[in-house]
Amino acid sequence: MSVSWQTLADALSLGGIYALMAVGIGLVFGVLRLVNFAYGQLVMAGAYAIAYASVWGWPSWAGILLCFAVVLALTMLLDRAVFRPLRTQSPAVMLVATFAVAFLMQSIAILAFGQLGTIASSVGPLNQPWDIGGVQIRKIAIVSIVVAAVCLALLQLLLLRTSVGLHMRAAAMDFRTARMLGIRANRVIGGAVLISGVLAAVSAVMLTARNPQVTPIFALDDTIVVLAGVVLGGLTRPVSATLGGFTIGFASGILGGALPTNQSQYLPTFLFAAVILVLLVRPNGLFLRGGGAAERL
Amino acid sequence: MRRLLDLAAPAALVVATALLGLVVSSALQTYFLDTLVKVAIVVALYVFIGNSGVLSFGHVAFVALGVWTAGVLTVPEGQKNAIMPGLAHVLLHANVGNVQSLALAALAGLVFAFAVGLPLMRLSGLAAGIATFGVLEIVNNVLRYYDKIGPGLNAFSSVPETTGIWQAAIGALICVVVAFAYQRSRFGRQLRATREDPAAASAAGISIYRQRLLAFAVSGALAGLAGGLYVHMLPIEIDSLYLDLTFLTLAMLVVGGSGSLLGAVVGGLVIGGLDSFLSAAENGVDLLGWHLDLPTGTAVLAVGALMALVLIARPSGLTGGREFSIGRVRR
Repeated sequence: MSVSWQTLADALSLGGIYALMAVGIGLVFGVLRLVNFAYGQLVMAGAYAIAYASVWGWPSWAGILLCFAVVLALTMLLDRAVFRPLRTQSPAVMLVATFAVAFLMQSIAILAFGQLGTIASSVGPLNQPWDIGGVQIRKIAIVSIVVAAVCLALLQLLLLRTSVGLHMRAAAMDFRTARMLGIRANRVIGGAVLISGVLAAVSAVMLTARNPQVTPIFALDDTIVVLAGVVLGGLTRPVSATLGGFTIGFASGILGGALPTNQSQYLPTFLFAAVILVLLVRPNGLFLRGGGAAERL
Repeated sequence: MRRLLDLAAPAALVVATALLGLVVSSALQTYFLDTLVKVAIVVALYVFIGNSGVLSFGHVAFVALGVWTAGVLTVPEGQKNAIMPGLAHVLLHANVGNVQSLALAALAGLVFAFAVGLPLMRLSGLAAGIATFGVLEIVNNVLRYYDKIGPGLNAFSSVPETTGIWQAAIGALICVVVAFAYQRSRFGRQLRATREDPAAASAAGISIYRQRLLAFAVSGALAGLAGGLYVHMLPIEIDSLYLDLTFLTLAMLVVGGSGSLLGAVVGGLVIGGLDSFLSAAENGVDLLGWHLDLPTGTAVLAVGALMALVLIARPSGLTGGREFSIGRVRR
């Protein structure tokens, strides 16, 4: 069992992407107490945007722009059509509802684009290796590590240094009290949903570059793993959710590289066994100090 | 009398479905069979989710285990090598009859759910949801790739197709009766109390952990039984016992109303009927002289849309989480 530089870089970049998705899920959970199972389908929609842009022969920047437009529009639609009417419901109802939305979007993708999928060739060059001191590392690995770091730093700035961020943190801590103190619910929720949409679009670009074969179940497995990571880290704080996402992405990258080929198909088994074990020891989250207020389903 | 009505209404629905399934053509009958087996799964889900209020994404794992148990034990000995080339020696010569295989499927579900629940039922909320999801992932992953114990990615073919309309109906009825008996029992009531108010229930001396564990084990047994019925109905692949089935059965429970046994059965029948019809139409179907041919994905689309609509408009489901009552009908 040896870990190569390529594996390490891949694991880091997967951790970075998962951290972005995790914080996207975590932010919305913070203000709405809603676990968005349909997050992966937003990413999938963005990936289709890139794939079709490249089929139509658009330059890659235009494809990325289209991806952002599609994902943000869908996120807003989701907020309006599903999140808002369900805002007062229990977390269980909301989770099941987003579960339904996820399958809805997936079947729309099957109907519209077919089962087989489309290739996003415009972002292909990112998959070429770079030669760094004799070590081959895929460009996308480096790019996604950098992008994830920049996004997370910006987000941290936003949350800690702006009034919108302050409102969001206050709402995540105690929504009712925050509202009583004059925070506008729709604005805070809208802001959180918007940011989570931006992060979904960024993740879509990165994941498409890693795996240009875009199918209706694109990012589905990733979302499941990220959800596990988010819960593992602790949902109630963006930082712990991010760390959870990073940890599970990194762990799955390292495991995937380290397992012998004849056992690599059992990766989910190892991963989820680890998740269950950690949850048994720290049900409120690995990275939450003290007894974080656990929500109840 | 009134209590018996709570049992009679869902049981009557199951029997009516079975009788209807008897009179239609044999091509249509498959859908009735499929729906009845789905009802059994939903009732199994209901025993845990409905009574405890805790979400479980893991029940399809117990169904899969039931499928595996009943399947691997009933493939005729002569054909085991052809279907499952990697099968371990112990399983190669183990063979039981139809009823025994169903009982063993239920037993497997019971034992596995109990073993899994022993640690997991300490969790609640999202942690419980994700952990049960993890169980589904692991069971699916192992059954899919570990070909020493089963057919792996291939279908469970050559299993005797003994699940006719009667066997399916009796299986579904057993699930309904067990669910009813459980929810009427001391344990069921205690669990329902923990659903309504965990703090008050524990203060009254109810162990939330024990009650949840019991319900989890009972519903695991029913899910295992449903899996046994499933594999005896058609050659089934492990891939079809994963997210799609989880989604479908959860949708059934939610659309019907997760708070009552009647809701579980109604949801199972409504969504089961809709899903079978649309799935059939995806392959082309002749209906009253019309030829209907829908594109792949329509069934999931319709079920997903219906589920989202019901959740938004009527979050407690079609039945509103209540059992059948004459008084309500009169009013």
